[in-house]
Amino acid sequence: MPFELLVALRFLREGRMQTLLIIAGVTAGVAVVVFITALITGLQSNLVQRTLGSQAHIVIRPPEEFAQPALDRTNADIAARIESRAQRLRSIDQWEAVFARLAAAPGIVAASPMVSGPAFASRGNASKSVAILGVDPDLYRKVVTIEDDMVAGKFRPSGTDAVIGIELARDLGVAIGDKIRLATAGSREDLVTVVGMFDVGTKDLNRRWVFTSMKLAQNLLDLPGGVTNIDLTVVELFGAEATARTIAGQTGLLAESWMQTNAQLLSALRAQTASTLTIRTFVTLIVALGIASVLVVSVVQKQKEIGILRAMGASQGRILRVFLIQGGLVALVGSLLGSGIAAALVSAFARFARNADGSALFTPLLEPSLFVTTWLVALATGVLAAALPARRAAKLDPAQAIRST
Amino acid sequence: MSAGVLSLADVHKSYNVGTPVEAEVLHGIHLELAAGEFVALVGPSGSGKSTLLNVIGLLERPTSGRVSIQSEDATALDDAGLTRLRGRSLGFVFQFHHLIPAFTALENVMMPLVIERGRPDPEMRERAMGLLDAVGLSAAAGKKPAQLSGGMQQRVAIARALAVRPPLVLADEPTGNLDTHTGDEVFALMRRFNEQHGSAFLIVTHDPRLAARCDRKIELVDGTIVGNAR
Repeated sequence: MPFELLVALRFLREGRMQTLLIIAGVTAGVAVVVFITALITGLQSNLVQRTLGSQAHIVIRPPEEFAQPALDRTNADIAARIESRAQRLRSIDQWEAVFARLAAAPGIVAASPMVSGPAFASRGNASKSVAILGVDPDLYRKVVTIEDDMVAGKFRPSGTDAVIGIELARDLGVAIGDKIRLATAGSREDLVTVVGMFDVGTKDLNRRWVFTSMKLAQNLLDLPGGVTNIDLTVVELFGAEATARTIAGQTGLLAESWMQTNAQLLSALRAQTASTLTIRTFVTLIVALGIASVLVVSVVQKQKEIGILRAMGASQGRILRVFLIQGGLVALVGSLLGSGIAAALVSAFARFARNADGSALFTPLLEPSLFVTTWLVALATGVLAAALPARRAAKLDPAQAIRST
Repeated sequence: MSAGVLSLADVHKSYNVGTPVEAEVLHGIHLELAAGEFVALVGPSGSGKSTLLNVIGLLERPTSGRVSIQSEDATALDDAGLTRLRGRSLGFVFQFHHLIPAFTALENVMMPLVIERGRPDPEMRERAMGLLDAVGLSAAAGKKPAQLSGGMQQRVAIARALAVRPPLVLADEPTGNLDTHTGDEVFALMRRFNEQHGSAFLIVTHDPRLAARCDRKIELVDGTIVGNAR
């Protein structure tokens, strides 16, 4: 064992009470930081997951139509009021080519074409306004985890089979196997059989979404062979916005990422991240001050020993390192203990914080990288906090230090 | 005279230089110590003995003048150089033993070697054990300083001072807080090491009996050497 480590360990062991207290301080600090980070990370990923459970990462739509007045704009004598055009339901131009290109593009996991538009669902005298979503179930499954939300039947819209939300089923009073009538504005209509029911967690969507086959939707919405949008799943969740912008630039289509659609959620997440960062910074600062103050006291107490070591040929650098190591050791031991306590807190939280139905509220995320980062930060903090007292120890005048009793 | 272990030329030492309370403690000290000499440094309290010892021990720099140890001019060295020279050439025995309480007697004796070489090894342990044996304390090797009597602590300190086999050992009233009998033992021990290993000793003492048993007696009064007799 090198001289510096040997002396550092002995000094720590000798000042037992101080050492234990400061390790306890570091432990508490690290436990708070790790626990809060795990909690917030878990909460955030839970929120994002819930949000994206019923949404694609990126949705591609045809560009909006706009008025192109054939007026001489340079002529100041003309007073014109240009009304924006009503946006009719349109297909993406040459969507098969676009789809093939997007599905193969790097950074994109899956793509699913969709034909969607407004319709009425009716049974008997009851009629409800709905949105028809014509999808290829195999492709759609890869983009939205709708299967996890199925409460009855299977997610298999095909032929004249349709999948509806539980709210709509309740409103129309239908069960699996019952038929409902879908009608669109162009008085096209068809009878479909309900083969599945879902609950995506949002009443509005449970009331409005009706999944059908693409073919049926194309017929009802009068878009033969066309699709109204393409849904995409990307690898990098938080890179969705950038990817969307690239796609929009390359294809001239409208590309909207989930980050745009849920701007409020995103800003809430950012605010949370900022506040945890603040807490973490202050806790780290307090821990650093604690380590520094204990070591300052220790340097004063150990003046004589430092003087003797210097007289015996220990250089300033060696004395400096003895105290830096003490700071690092205290921080390291404290952070290991603190991570353990945080892990225990997390599992306690997961056990006791539950929804009314007994399911987990959300799971705090304890990633290995969180521990490693915490240990490294703690180590750096300990060594930095020790810098001042260590410098002071190294600069002690040996003759004076020995004379002090 | 054989090659000197220590040479002081016109050494002055002042405290609080540049302030109204500036005080010169040493006034032009000239001193030579030959290898293997056993010398007493005597003088009344406040005569500057401790300051002189600190200057010789490279713990304090002289205000002016030259300090050479083993013919190496210490005045030209920076702090790292002084530390190295001190570790290699000097052993210290202080009045209040000054062992390090966190370490055992054996570890205290090993400490100068550990500092010199960076980490402990079995050979050091052996040498330290031999030194403890020589001061009659091999049984106390594993004890902490607080568990030893004053005389035992001072004997450990002497063993420690000799660990690197330094050419010069500086002792500041090594028997000052020991009873006569224990003091005699400690003194005899130093004399024996002096004869066996050839280390030179410079011993500050108040005890005229001990001073009389040294090879030479240097007398310091008010920062000036007034006597230098064999």
